[in-house]
Amino acid sequence: MFRTVAELVELAEKENILISEVMIRQEMDAKEKTREAILSEMERNLDVMENAVEDSLKGVNSVTGLTGGDAVLIQEYMKNNTPLAGNVLLDAVSKAMGTNEVNAAMGTICATPTAGSAGVVPGTLFAVKNQLNPTRKQMVRYLFTAGAFGFVVANNAFISGAAGGCQAEVGSAAGMAAAAIVEMAGGTSQASADAFAMTLKNMLGLVCDPVAGLVEVPCVKRNAGGASLAIVSADMALAGVTSRIPCDEVIGAMYRIGKTMPSTLRETGEGGLAATPTGQLLKEKIFGSLA
Amino acid sequence: MKYNSVFDIIGPLMIGPSSSHTAGAARIGKAARNLLGSEPHWAKIHLYESFAKTYKGHGTDFALAGGLLGFETDDPRMNKALELAKARGLRIEFIEDTSAVSHPNTARLIIGNARDQVELVGVSIGGGKVEISELNGFELRLSGNHPAILVTHNDHFGAIASVTAILAKHKINIGHMEVNRKDLGEEALMVIETDQNVEELVLQELMKMQNILHVSMIVS
Repeated sequence: MFRTVAELVELAEKENILISEVMIRQEMDAKEKTREAILSEMERNLDVMENAVEDSLKGVNSVTGLTGGDAVLIQEYMKNNTPLAGNVLLDAVSKAMGTNEVNAAMGTICATPTAGSAGVVPGTLFAVKNQLNPTRKQMVRYLFTAGAFGFVVANNAFISGAAGGCQAEVGSAAGMAAAAIVEMAGGTSQASADAFAMTLKNMLGLVCDPVAGLVEVPCVKRNAGGASLAIVSADMALAGVTSRIPCDEVIGAMYRIGKTMPSTLRETGEGGLAATPTGQLLKEKIFGSLA
Repeated sequence: MKYNSVFDIIGPLMIGPSSSHTAGAARIGKAARNLLGSEPHWAKIHLYESFAKTYKGHGTDFALAGGLLGFETDDPRMNKALELAKARGLRIEFIEDTSAVSHPNTARLIIGNARDQVELVGVSIGGGKVEISELNGFELRLSGNHPAILVTHNDHFGAIASVTAILAKHKINIGHMEVNRKDLGEEALMVIETDQNVEELVLQELMKMQNILHVSMIVS
């Protein structure tokens, strides 16, 4: 049983196995289930993620009209232009936003780790897939690696915006994705940990300030930010860049920052972007018409 | 540890948009239905704080209705649950309650049919995880994520031992257990979280024991 990222990496190195394998074995022990049962449950989650991405690329709109259609805009832009950020990165951005657009439109998604941050892990997965050509099994492993890091964060800090701000939500999701990309690209377990740390370091202090309290603005575009940062950090770690602050200490810093964040910036819809004049106007418009 | 499975992190599968307001609400509704033991005919739902303020925008209302109809968090009928409930003869009343509660995402559900009635308070704590904090006037801390057996019994010596003996006989491990009583010698409630779902046969055996008044179950 691992409780920290250091323990997770140590377990993987000692047994010479992947981080995803450590997570699979722990789940088998904890739930007294067979490997097949656990792998097939995760594959079902992967299927839902894939369907959400595909649905979003047909174009979706939320009930409020606040979000929807941006994933499609980016795909069209990629067809007609050479994106400055590169195709893999922009594809991840599009698919991460798309998944979160489906979420906002009350479609079916897999909370990863939450609904508000559900786009980052699948968005990056289905973007790097085109370059890394993983097998279906490796795609399932991607989710176990992401889950292993999320598991540490959830048990040592928090994963919800209400508890710790968006750094806990999209921040965790982005770190999880970065670590999983590194494993899929053939990096070491320690490089996965470094990618996680470098991602979360760039998400520290991120507030949760949903307009009208809804999981739409700025959530959808923060999934875009999280996905792009995950890919950049994964590349940094694969290049050999390491985090000077150890991964577990970054998670600890995130926890303490979240604890000291005022409640107006923790999903109450009372501060940040929600409190801007336009944010307030949108809230009145939406709840006026829904009432 | 608060989270003990990778599927708490990669999951649950759910209908958007909010793991707290939608998936959590559906699980609270489903827990209430399971405790009633059959289809409710009516429901009065008090919503507090964040649930009261934003339930329409988040679909908390249809998610609660979906849970009462027995839907899982990812049931594709979820956003039609209010209409489906009406068609099935389930009358639901939502009350925006301004009373103080200890968690912003709290709902009090009073549901019933011709035979029975159940009142519970459910709290949605994040990522789709929920806790039942009150049942029929008993305070408790029950996570909706594990199977649980709820046993109403007379506050009498040996009642608890007889229940745990039966569970031991069927090799059912207890993860968490609480006993609450309204007053000395009065009605009491045992809440037993288990690692696996418990078979109907075991419940029937529990029901036959002396001093046991009622047995119900939350399936996970």
